[in-house]
Amino acid sequence: MNRIAEPPRRLLMGNEAIAWGAIEAGVRVVAAYPGTPSTEVTEKILHHAGEYGIYAEWSVNEKVALETAIAASWTGARAMACMKQVGLNVASDPLMTLAYLGVKGGLVLIVADDPGPHSSQTEQDTRLFARFAKLPVLDPATPEEAREMVKAAFQLSEDLQVPVIVRPTTRTAHVCQDVAFAPPPKPALPLPPVRFERDPGWVILPALSAKRHRRLNAIQEEMRRWFLRHRLNGIATPCGEEATMSPAPPSLCDEATERMGNSGDLARATADLAIVAGGVAYNYVREGLDILGVSIPVYKVGAPVPLPAAPIVDFLRDKTAVLIVEEQEPVIEEQLTIEAYRTGLSLSIIGKHSGHLPREGEFNTDLLLPLLRRFVSDSIHCHGVPLGKGAPATSADRVTAKAQATPVTPETSATTETVASGAEMAVPPAPPLRTPILCAGCPHRNSFYAFIQAARSRDALFTGDIGCYTLGAMPPLGAADTIVCMGASVAMAAGFSQIEPDRPHIAFLGDSTFFHSGIPPLVNAVYQQARMTLVVLDNRTTAMTGHQPHPGLGRKGTGEVAPTIDIAAVARGCGVEWVRTVDPYDIAATVAAAKEALDYPGVSVLIARRDCVNLVRRSTPHRIDPDACRRCGICLRKFGCPALYEVKSLAHGEGQGGKTTVAIAREKCFGCGGCAQVCPWKAISPEVES
Amino acid sequence: MKTFNLIIAGVGGQGGVLASRVFAEAALAAGYKVRTSETIGMAQREGSVISHVRVGERLWGALIPDGAADVLVSLELAESLKGWPKLAPHGRAVINGRPIIPPAASLGLTRYDEAAIVDFLQQQGQRVHLIDATAAALEIGNAKTTNMVMLGVLSTLPGLPVTAEMLWQAAENLLPSRLRDINRLAFQAGRRLGSCAETAPLVS
Ligand code: SF4
Ligand code: SF4
Repeated sequence: MNRIAEPPRRLLMGNEAIAWGAIEAGVRVVAAYPGTPSTEVTEKILHHAGEYGIYAEWSVNEKVALETAIAASWTGARAMACMKQVGLNVASDPLMTLAYLGVKGGLVLIVADDPGPHSSQTEQDTRLFARFAKLPVLDPATPEEAREMVKAAFQLSEDLQVPVIVRPTTRTAHVCQDVAFAPPPKPALPLPPVRFERDPGWVILPALSAKRHRRLNAIQEEMRRWFLRHRLNGIATPCGEEATMSPAPPSLCDEATERMGNSGDLARATADLAIVAGGVAYNYVREGLDILGVSIPVYKVGAPVPLPAAPIVDFLRDKTAVLIVEEQEPVIEEQLTIEAYRTGLSLSIIGKHSGHLPREGEFNTDLLLPLLRRFVSDSIHCHGVPLGKGAPATSADRVTAKAQATPVTPETSATTETVASGAEMAVPPAPPLRTPILCAGCPHRNSFYAFIQAARSRDALFTGDIGCYTLGAMPPLGAADTIVCMGASVAMAAGFSQIEPDRPHIAFLGDSTFFHSGIPPLVNAVYQQARMTLVVLDNRTTAMTGHQPHPGLGRKGTGEVAPTIDIAAVARGCGVEWVRTVDPYDIAATVAAAKEALDYPGVSVLIARRDCVNLVRRSTPHRIDPDACRRCGICLRKFGCPALYEVKSLAHGEGQGGKTTVAIAREKCFGCGGCAQVCPWKAISPEVES
Repeated sequence: MKTFNLIIAGVGGQGGVLASRVFAEAALAAGYKVRTSETIGMAQREGSVISHVRVGERLWGALIPDGAADVLVSLELAESLKGWPKLAPHGRAVINGRPIIPPAASLGLTRYDEAAIVDFLQQQGQRVHLIDATAAALEIGNAKTTNMVMLGVLSTLPGLPVTAEMLWQAAENLLPSRLRDINRLAFQAGRRLGSCAETAPLVS
């Protein structure tokens, strides 16, 4: 084959690009727990694991995943652990020690951040976690860059013997881009064996810990040098008229058109201004400058922690103001500010600390445009808080700066170039609120409904957890009084029961979450003699993240057959004496079981088992008999299946006769029969074939 | 070439992500650079979802700025309003007029004012095409093919970077073989709806 020809361009999602980068880097072990927006990395690797001789698994949680990867690395194999940002909280215990002990085979953590957040409990910035652990972070702006950075991360990890974090955010992880790429050739299998060699260096004892901590601090500077040598950070070429310029931001993979670290021939339209941008924010900056038609030198940061700040300070030497654009926390800004102060650089730093950019939410071009415009037209940097060694801002300056510092938010930036031109006249009506909700036919709805029937009159407390069933908190069910993190429902119900023993306490969590972090708090509840009910909403999958398997299902991530861990047996093994399984599609039986569970004077576990509707065929759609329906609205207002809707004078549905007030959207109905059981007038039944 | 920007709005589970993939693959096959961005995760459970597809030569972020979308495709009536701020003043919209009423509306927590929405869209004149894609999909036998009906309608608009053939080819490559026939019918039904709506002469 012609090895010089560029491979064909394929559409790759950021997470797929990361997976391919790892495969190209020769990763041998991948362990992960699913979590949006990181999940597809491991799915892709599992899909190709066999052909490339990779051992890949869905672990029960992120801590176990990282520990699995550590073991592999210490044999000398390249290893990767993947998770979302809150997953890193779970894995943080081994991570902190790993930072001290170091790695042998390259060890890369993929930790996907979710600014927004779109699908997370927090918006935490993994770069801060990395600073805490003193580990390097790479921050890709595009899928193409993510693929290159993963390969670089393995190299860095081995060069400096530290774990390396690659941190895509949602707009890298879930962005698709055309990438010139062909899958790497398949290796001869089996791969050469690797073996763990004993060494006191793998045993953390206080004396070693003290030594390794000094080493970790000492190699921070080496990390910075590595970043610069590998051109992860640098001055981007100006976005001028050169239409042929590769739109890909400068990165390892770029060609000679991107002359990193050479500012000699930058356009000088706004000679005393500069921008520093990190992660995906770089894209929005470049697009914003394109729209405004101005050219300001942009320093792109692909490796924000530990930041090589000295070259940026050099770059800023002749500037009067710099705009620092990064999503989430001011990680680049703070490191740069320290270096600027230390070296006596005096210029205005516009960013989060000046109050011009928010520390929450996602960025986009629209949000940045007004700020960029003001920055270019001089109105900010004259009034920004001056920063310099001998010249602290006067309080008057500060007041001015405060007044000027109108943070941009999605609301304040809503008008843009084109819309502001006035071509739009009519104002669109307000769209209805559409929050996520449990699917039509979701068995969790029935379980929540049954427990509401059995226990809400007794003022029971419902502790919720993380998964699709988090949506049980939505109206009309409102079946979650607390939600904290994976597994918290169990420990909190037990904890509440110690303090308010006169009240029923019911914890809800899913089957996958039970294995992730439900077992230790269940043991504790039994041991501490709590009085509570745990409802395991067992829909036979990890639904929210896209239906990954778990230990209860008898198959692995690769599809191979596996032993089945029986949730009921585990609960009994934890010392629970009252354990039952019920089919939530039978609401009456579920209510009866719920009542019994609540009457039990100790810890009871009820497993509500029924497959997620996305994994099984739908059955006969139901319909409402308009003559039998008494318009009580119970199905709609108490049960709340999204296939049910109120009929006003709609042009669709069954409302044409003017009688029915509730109807079922035939195309959405799963045929679970829940609403039929809930209707007190027996007005709902399966459609009869005509 | 100026960047071509497409917004696909809809409700989680309607297949908007697949539709954006199809368009992106077709544009890639046509030789363009492509960026897409999708909402995945919790919103997939009946929430509002918006996909961005950008096609051209000089692309940065995957998110389309406000007022910059050449075409808005909405798989649901009210969701078109969520995508509306993205639409350029000259931009065209293809909207499935079939409402999906969120339970929150039935509970009185939010208002779904179908008449006002239709009214607003009709005021936009020729550039908005309201069609009942769900009805077409149900006629073919599966409401899940609504996304393919909409792609068929989209394929009849002028000024796209891809032809109808390229779109269908991309769809065929992405769909599992057992679903190809029903989706082809849906795509063709969409093309008929599109040409009846007097949008433009058929592409190709
Ligand atoms: S995906 Fe499954 S578990 Fe999640 S809401 Fe839908 S039916 Fe329920
Ligand atoms: S049978 Fe009733 S509750 Fe079940 S999916 Fe259909 S409308 Fe919803």
